Amino acid sequence: MTAPNTVATDVVLKLTNVHSYYGAIHALRGIDIEVPRGEIVTLIGANGAGKTTTLRTISGLIHPREGSVELNGKDISKTAAHELVVAGIGHAPEGRRIFSRLTIYENLLMGGFTRTKAENLEQVEHVYGLFPRLRERASQKGGTLSGGEQQMLAIGRALMTRPDVLLLDEPSLGLAPILVQQIFGIIREINSRGMTILLVEQNALQALSIANRGYVLQTGEVVLSGSSRDLRENEMVRKAYLGED
Amino acid sequence: MTALPATSEAGGARVPMGASLKPLLRLVVPAVFLVGAYAFMGPEQFVNALTRGAIYALIALGYTMVYGIIELINFAHGDMFMMGAFVSLTFLGQILGLTGSITDIARLAPLLVAAFFVSMIVMGAIGVTIERLAYKPLRGAPRLAPLITAIGVSFILQNIVMLKYGPFQTNSPKIFPSFDIVIGSAKIPALSVFIIVVALSMMVALQLFISRTRLGRAMRSTAADRDAAQLMGVNINRTIAITFLIGAALAGAAGVVNGLQYGVSRFDDGFQAGLKAFTAAVLGGIGNTVGAALGGFIIGFIEVGATVMGFSRWGPAIVFGVLVIVLVFRPSGLLGQQLGERA
Repeated sequence: MTAPNTVATDVVLKLTNVHSYYGAIHALRGIDIEVPRGEIVTLIGANGAGKTTTLRTISGLIHPREGSVELNGKDISKTAAHELVVAGIGHAPEGRRIFSRLTIYENLLMGGFTRTKAENLEQVEHVYGLFPRLRERASQKGGTLSGGEQQMLAIGRALMTRPDVLLLDEPSLGLAPILVQQIFGIIREINSRGMTILLVEQNALQALSIANRGYVLQTGEVVLSGSSRDLRENEMVRKAYLGED
Repeated sequence: MTALPATSEAGGARVPMGASLKPLLRLVVPAVFLVGAYAFMGPEQFVNALTRGAIYALIALGYTMVYGIIELINFAHGDMFMMGAFVSLTFLGQILGLTGSITDIARLAPLLVAAFFVSMIVMGAIGVTIERLAYKPLRGAPRLAPLITAIGVSFILQNIVMLKYGPFQTNSPKIFPSFDIVIGSAKIPALSVFIIVVALSMMVALQLFISRTRLGRAMRSTAADRDAAQLMGVNINRTIAITFLIGAALAGAAGVVNGLQYGVSRFDDGFQAGLKAFTAAVLGGIGNTVGAALGGFIIGFIEVGATVMGFSRWGPAIVFGVLVIVLVFRPSGLLGQQLGERA
C-alpha cells in the first residue's frame, strides 16, 4: 500500500480530538489514539471510562460530534457502520452479540456478508484453523455455546470481514482464567499473522502483557499512554489497574 | 453472567416434549385438524375457510415481519390492505374500464398478473414512503411514539380513501369468471382455488426469500440484533425499508384477492381485516412468518366454522376467545419467534 502523503509511520487508525455523546452524556472528551499497522494496542480503564464508546465510535455505531477518525488516512467519522465493514473495520462487540438462533457456520457467513462466496469459503477455513472448536460445532446453534466458545465465535465472525484492524471489546469478560489464557493466546496468534488489533480490556495486566502499547482512559479522556512496558511500570497504573500497592 | 440474549429463554415457556415425538406431532396435529374440519364443514365451506384464511395470512405476514424487525405493531397495515383493494379496483375498473367477468383466459391471465403487479408495486412504494416519513424518524424514540404514529397513519390512509371514493362501498370488477370445479358431489369455485394457489405461492416464495437469500439473511440478522447486523456490513436502513416493501406488497396482493372475491371495498375495510390479521400474527407467534400464515388459516377456519354451526355473528368473539386461550398457555404464540430474537 502506498503511504498517504502526510503519514510517516504506517498508522492504520488515528483518532484526533474525538468527542462522542450518548444522548446528553458527553462520553468521550477529546480522545487521541494511534494504532500502527501490525501492532496490538490496548485501551484500559475502569467501567464507564469510555473504552466501549471509543470502539463504537470507530466502527460507526455512533458518530463523533467533533474530531476525526481516520482509517488508512481517510476520514471515516461520518461513514455508516455497514460501510466501514467494507472499508476494513472488524468489530467483535462487547457481550459477543452472536446470532444465537443461527448455527456457528451461519454466524461466520454473516461475518462474510460483504464478501464473496469464494472468499468466505477460504476465510472460514482460516477461522476454523484458529478455533478448531468452532469446526467441531459448526452446525450447532450459536446460543448453545459456552461463554468462551461464544467469544471465539465473535472473534471468528469479525475476522470473516477480513479487516485491516480488528476491534476486540473485553474478550476475556466473564471467562474462566484458563479460557482467558487461551483467548489471549489466540489474540497474539492472530496478531503474529499480521493483524492489527485494538483491544479493550479491564484485565489490564493481561492486556499489557500482549500489547505493544496502551492508552489509559478515565472519564472519557486519555490520561496516560505509552509502550506497554512503560505503562506496566507506571506507578499510577500499578496502583489503579494492576492491583498493587 | 452469560452473554445469551435474554429472550432466548422464550423457548422455556414451551412444553418439553420428547425429541422424537415433536416432529411427528407437528404433522399429526394439523392433519387431524384438517380432516376433522373437512368432515365437519364439507368441501365447499372447507375451501371457503382456506380462501378467507389465505387473505388473513397475506395480511398477517406484513404485521409479523415489521414487528420482527423493528418491534412496531404497524396498525396502519390493515389499511394498506384496504388501499391495495382500491388500487386494484381503480386500475381494473376505472383505468381499464372493466366491469364484469372475463371468460377468455388469454385476456384474463395478463389482466390478473397486471392487477397484482400494479397493486403490489404501488402499495410497496407507499409502504416504503410511510416508513421513511413516519417511522424512521422515531426509531430511537420510546416504543409508544411509533405505535401512536401508526394509528395516526391508519386514520390518514382511511381518510384519503374516503375523500377520493366517498364513505360508501365502491364496486370492484369481479373479472374472474364464477364457475365451479366439480369434484364428485362437491362444487368448488375456481376463484377460491386460484386465490389459495396464489397466496400459498407467495408465502412459499417469501419463505425461500427469507431463508435462502442474502437479503433474507440481512433481515433475519437485523431482527435478531441491529448493532451486530451493522457490524457484519448489513445496511439496516435499507433492510428495514425492504421489510416494509414486502409487507406492504403482500397487503396489496391481499387487496386484489379481496376485490376479486367480494367485489366491493370500503374505506374502513382495513380495520376489521387488520385486526383479525394482527390476531393471526400474534396467534402464530409474532415475528414468525410461518406462524403468521398458520394463524391466518386458523382464523379462517374458526370464522367459517362458526358460520357453519350457525354462530356467524359470534365469529369475531370466538376468534379473539381462541387468541386469549392460546396466549394464556403459550404466551409467545403457537410457533414462538423465528425471525430472530433480541439481544
